[in-house]
Amino acid sequence: MPQLTSLLYQLVLAASFAAMVAYLVYFVRQNNRARNLGRFLLLLSGILQTLYILCRYVEAGHTPITSQHEAVVFFAWSTSWAYLSFRWRYTVKNFGTFVAVLIVLLLLVSLLSERHIVPLLPALQSYWLPIHAGVSIIAYGFLSLAFCGGLMYLLLERELKSRRLGFFFSRLPSLEALDQLNSHCLSAGFVFLTLGIVTGSVWASQAWGAYWQWDPKETWSLITWALYLVQIHQRFTVGWRGKRAAVMAIIGFASILFTLWGVGYLLGGLHGYAT
Amino acid sequence: MPPERILLLGVNHKTTPVAVREKLALSAGYPEPLTTLKGIAGVRESYLLSTCNRVELLLVVEPGEEVEGRLIAFLFGDRFPAEDYRRYLFLHSGRDAVHHLFMVATSLDSMVVGEAQILGQLKEAYRFASRFGCTGPLLNKLLHKAFSVAKRVRTETAIGSSAVSISYAAVQLAKKIFGSLADKKVLLIGAGEMAELAAEHLVGQGVGGVVVANRTLSRAVDLARRFNGRAVSFEELVTQLAEVDIIISSTGASEIILFRDQVKPVMRARMNRPLFFIDIAVPRDLDPQLLEIDNVYLYDIDDLSNVVESNRAERDREATKAARIVDEETLKFQRWYEGLAVTPTIQELKTKIDAIGRAELERTLPRLPELTEAELQALEKMVAAIGAKVLHDPLMFLKSASCAGRDNSDLKVTTVRELFGLTDGQEPAAPAAPAAGDGECRHGD
Repeated sequence: MPQLTSLLYQLVLAASFAAMVAYLVYFVRQNNRARNLGRFLLLLSGILQTLYILCRYVEAGHTPITSQHEAVVFFAWSTSWAYLSFRWRYTVKNFGTFVAVLIVLLLLVSLLSERHIVPLLPALQSYWLPIHAGVSIIAYGFLSLAFCGGLMYLLLERELKSRRLGFFFSRLPSLEALDQLNSHCLSAGFVFLTLGIVTGSVWASQAWGAYWQWDPKETWSLITWALYLVQIHQRFTVGWRGKRAAVMAIIGFASILFTLWGVGYLLGGLHGYAT
Repeated sequence: MPPERILLLGVNHKTTPVAVREKLALSAGYPEPLTTLKGIAGVRESYLLSTCNRVELLLVVEPGEEVEGRLIAFLFGDRFPAEDYRRYLFLHSGRDAVHHLFMVATSLDSMVVGEAQILGQLKEAYRFASRFGCTGPLLNKLLHKAFSVAKRVRTETAIGSSAVSISYAAVQLAKKIFGSLADKKVLLIGAGEMAELAAEHLVGQGVGGVVVANRTLSRAVDLARRFNGRAVSFEELVTQLAEVDIIISSTGASEIILFRDQVKPVMRARMNRPLFFIDIAVPRDLDPQLLEIDNVYLYDIDDLSNVVESNRAERDREATKAARIVDEETLKFQRWYEGLAVTPTIQELKTKIDAIGRAELERTLPRLPELTEAELQALEKMVAAIGAKVLHDPLMFLKSASCAGRDNSDLKVTTVRELFGLTDGQEPAAPAAPAAGDGECRHGD
């Protein structure tokens, strides 16, 4: 079993990296064959990631989301599938390139973190673990798509504003399409993020008898949630869109990353991964 | 090489001034000239293309016939003295004709490289030619090839995506900002000719509505009627900004007519939906500081010219790529065409029969271990003789055709090739043509 898990992990790395290379070739050369190859490889990578997580679940006996390695692989998995589900309904030119790069970066982080399986802390032994952590990380998946869209928006907007059309002008979709993408991913991500916080607090009340403890991770999740709440609210009331929405998507994503890692390293607390 | 020739002759915008072209253009449509063309002695297959920029004849002519004179007479009639048409006419044959046809189909020969219209015109002309029975096996093949080359160029290069004009650049930018233009509105400030042209282009791209603001209202009303739009007075300008998305300004005003502080409050009312200002007036109409507002884009005439320039550079790069594809496809066609020739077909036929005989011998001989050397040789001789006898009639059939110089040697070659399942020489990977490959490309040139 461990050999199979390890083999799957290597295949995930290989497929994702190859997908990224294919997408980058498409991005630079605008060669359709490279794009089709990239799409196929990304789908393959998504399937392999699912298999890897399943294998690890069987091996560990609990949802593999408790160590840093597992959380990041889960993050990459949810980004991949959020993209693939998105891709199934909408086409946004060259979006895949940015997402593929992000997935590879996440997988690189997972590669650098400790990979052995750690036994589950007694406090985490609950059916709430997959629900709470899973839902939260699915939210991260969608919000990371909003981040990619925001980045693309800023790159294109800068060229349009400066009136020097160059590399990105012909390669990125319209500003409107990118803004729509931001809106969709934000809405989907926000729903899951809210669910993640609600399930977490229900679990906390069962495990520790209090809904909210102001543990650093909880605080930062709330900050992240509030950031996205402001975005959604402003978008639908006064029309925060375009550049401001793109910048906010990037700030929100930074806040997610900090919640995921920074808190654990800098602030500690109940959510710290088992050591 | 098959004895008949592919011939292409005509006039186009490069060789011939419009005054001459318009006299040649076939105003009455295709049917009549096609019928005449079909009747010209020595013409086996024909195809005629007539657009505002070119009149071209593509033909397959009988071997040894001097048809050029008749064709020139057909094209020019007695409208011009002989020394004139020599100056205007171009005439290609064989490989050059194929190359020229592909250049036309891919729009590389057009006035505006990258335009998409020419392919449609080519196809329409083909529909006529085939309906009137003018095209035959060779031109059918050649024209279909031309269509597929054009398609290949469209998909493999970005040649069609960068047309070069100010109006086009404006449309291109609007699309990059708004995505679809279907529900967007255009406001024309001033009723200049350039603005009109740009608006026309935008309407052609499906813009939802046009509003015209002009100092003299009557002119505004006229222009608005042309675009099925609405005229407003100059004083309503700022209130209109809440409704429209694209603003084209071209007034003769000597000062700026729209300032940043007038536009900024509008953005709130618009819920920050983007505004795209195009200032084609000189001196400028719009405050350059508009750019400082979020979701506002401003291009003046110089900016648009820069976009046009970069489009031109891009298009030239793509045209080089497209020309390479045309060369490649010309070569492929030539190879297929030469594959029709009699001699290689005879060669291939012999090789194939030989190979069958040898393969069967190799299968059978191991099962007859007690054969003596003499018996073995007799057997081999017999197999070779069967092969030669089988081949005798098809070879006679092929050779008789080419010796007699009759007009259908390519048909006979095609028949024999199909009958014996010889691969078409057109694919570079075809096993029957081992010499095919990139090395040959250089020889061909």
